[in-house]
Amino acid sequence: MKEDIILAGVGGQGILSIAAVIGSAALEIGMYMKQSEVHGMSQRGGDVMSNLRIADHEIFSDLIPCGKADLIISVEPMEALRHLPMLSHDGWLITNSTPFKNTLDYPDVDKIMATLEKIPNHIVIDADKIAKDLGSTMSANMVILGAACPFLDNVCLDIENGIRNIFGRKGEKVIKSNMDALKAGREYTTALLKKQTIKI
Amino acid sequence: MQKLMLLGDEAIALGAIDSGMSAIYAYPGTPSTEITEYVAHSREAKEKNILASWSTNEKTAMEAALGMSYAGKRTMVCMKHVGLNVAADPFINASITGANGGMIVVAADDPSMHSSQNEQDSRFYGKFAMIPVLEPTNQQECYDMVSYAFDLSEKYSIPVMMRITTRMAHSRAGVVRKPAREQNSIKLPVNLIQYVLLPGNARKQYKKLLGNQQSFFDESAASPFNKYFDGTDKSLGIITSGIAYNYLMENFQDNKLNFPVLKISQYPMPRPFVEKLISECKEILVLEEGYPMIEESLRGFLNNGIRIKGRMDGTLVFEGELNPTKVAAALGIPVPQIANIPEVVTNRPPALCSGCPHIDSYLALNQALDKYAKGLVFSDIGCYTIGALKPFESINSCVDMGASITMAKGAADAGLSPAVAVIGDGTFTHSGMTGLLDCVKHKSNVTVIILDNKTTAMTGGQPSHGDGHLFDIVKGLGVEEEHIRIFKPIRKNHDENYRIIEEELNYKGVSVIIPTRECIVETNKRMREKFK
Ligand SMILES: Cc1ncc(C[n+]2csc(CCOP(=O)(O)OP(=O)(O)O)c2C)c(N)n1
Repeated sequence: MKEDIILAGVGGQGILSIAAVIGSAALEIGMYMKQSEVHGMSQRGGDVMSNLRIADHEIFSDLIPCGKADLIISVEPMEALRHLPMLSHDGWLITNSTPFKNTLDYPDVDKIMATLEKIPNHIVIDADKIAKDLGSTMSANMVILGAACPFLDNVCLDIENGIRNIFGRKGEKVIKSNMDALKAGREYTTALLKKQTIKI
Repeated sequence: MQKLMLLGDEAIALGAIDSGMSAIYAYPGTPSTEITEYVAHSREAKEKNILASWSTNEKTAMEAALGMSYAGKRTMVCMKHVGLNVAADPFINASITGANGGMIVVAADDPSMHSSQNEQDSRFYGKFAMIPVLEPTNQQECYDMVSYAFDLSEKYSIPVMMRITTRMAHSRAGVVRKPAREQNSIKLPVNLIQYVLLPGNARKQYKKLLGNQQSFFDESAASPFNKYFDGTDKSLGIITSGIAYNYLMENFQDNKLNFPVLKISQYPMPRPFVEKLISECKEILVLEEGYPMIEESLRGFLNNGIRIKGRMDGTLVFEGELNPTKVAAALGIPVPQIANIPEVVTNRPPALCSGCPHIDSYLALNQALDKYAKGLVFSDIGCYTIGALKPFESINSCVDMGASITMAKGAADAGLSPAVAVIGDGTFTHSGMTGLLDCVKHKSNVTVIILDNKTTAMTGGQPSHGDGHLFDIVKGLGVEEEHIRIFKPIRKNHDENYRIIEEELNYKGVSVIIPTRECIVETNKRMREKFK
């Protein structure tokens, strides 16, 4: 049993919080875990990614082999595409649809969407809008994580518990808004999969 | 047993806290920064009165550590690979003086240059200094090696190097702690001439270092971190160093590895194991993260020994970090067909934050330089190096910390005018002050702009040692007071600011301009704390 996840986004978008929540949930049930991060230069608005590996057996490499990731979870649509070479043939790509435009030559968003549509297994979700409707723009990253949750069920992670562990210090209000965001994301994916009668 | 999720860097820090370390000295630099950050923020370290000290540069850090060791206490000094260039003088000489209290030098290399100017391999420095070098394979080894390295250091009175690379430093995994050891009390060296490197004594000390070399080989052969795994298929023998071992094993999760493998994590190389592998195997594949150090020494100059594959014959590309896929290809293991990065994806280079004071400084500088030809601005390393990219394209060099001022001096000596240097406040105190003194001494025609954002921003906001007294430092170095100009880089002051720069560009001598405004990230951090 293993789950190899690429987390992608732009420096400052909160991918390390996603990693921390999943990681904490994995530790809770005694799974092995390795997670590599990017620090330094790129954190200043550059593209960042994290390799997150969970397994019920010892993990050797801190890096996921190319073409073998089970999931790409991205908080930004172009960043999701950047890591496509990492995704396995039957892997899933879950991404936010809201672009983060901090470069002069950010591509045409329609082209990005069209490229995403061509990927066999993908979930594109407007996490920023959902988070805003819930009244907490800060928790778009948890909406994305929620949208990825159905794919994490096969490693039996209790993501809610992970949220409690990671955000516990910040008080009940923060926990609740993150939980709500997670739930909304999960419901989005569940409904979508049901509509398309896809079994994962 | 409870596992802690730690970065490799953090595991080293915790290992040091648990091994009786009394002080850690460092200058920040990716990927080494989190070692000292961890100690600085650790409640246990505070309770144990462990000093966590950011030094002005790597050289001062190395020397302070040597002094701590002289006094008999255990100490660690941390830096990124290029930091070791700055600290090379005390580092090499410390191998001659030797250590008293245990001393560990941590050098964090950055193959693939994720955040660096080059991908130099610090193991060569260890070899150059003729001291033992340890290279952990995983986070648990990071933790375990520290106490081992302190013991080794005290056993032979020698500094010991730990070499890590980016993926080791910045990857988390579970780590199990061991019982903690007490700190040493003050105990001066038995032989009080040990540290006096006058030629007469230096020769004695050097002989002692040479005399210890055989013991270092023996220690490596007996090291718990060097392992020989025998295999039945002797058509190939594999040598791995550091985390390359993980990339090898990753490829043998489902199928059995039948080749003999030598995992090297302590240098000098464990001679008996290397001899056994070479005498028994038809071919050798060397997998090492960094320059082909093991490979080159096995090949020898004439390359007429046994068949060796690695980075030098193209089995693996010479540059860049390894990964499981590269290693698979080197072993002829089929790798999955992978998708390309779709064409629509564009680069997303790092950018200055919105509200960053450097933006306003560059806008003012660009306008002041508008009437001159391009290519007059020497710069340095920090967030402001992003000013080389669009939309600013304000600077023309970034070489090593401090080089802006001295390169501007050289160019001014050559007749270039105006010759401008742009340097951060942290970089100025790191290595810029001495260069400015050169300019003053020779009355060079340079305009130096010290971007004072009151912090070391690029590496995460460590204290900046000149904060609050940059004017006095510059004046003290001999720059004329009327040519030390301070302004606040904000949009509203743009016209006034660029005119100040213009005036100083016209002055034929040393002028220093200090745009002063706190880093926006630090301002936001303070505000968040305040309204929490
Ligand atoms: C010898 C050396 N040590 C450390 C580093 C890592 N490093 C790069 S930039 C930087 C800090 C620069 O601080 P400052 O000059 O104040 O500029 P800021 O980032 O705050 O704009 C450091 C420590 C390096 N590149 N070289």
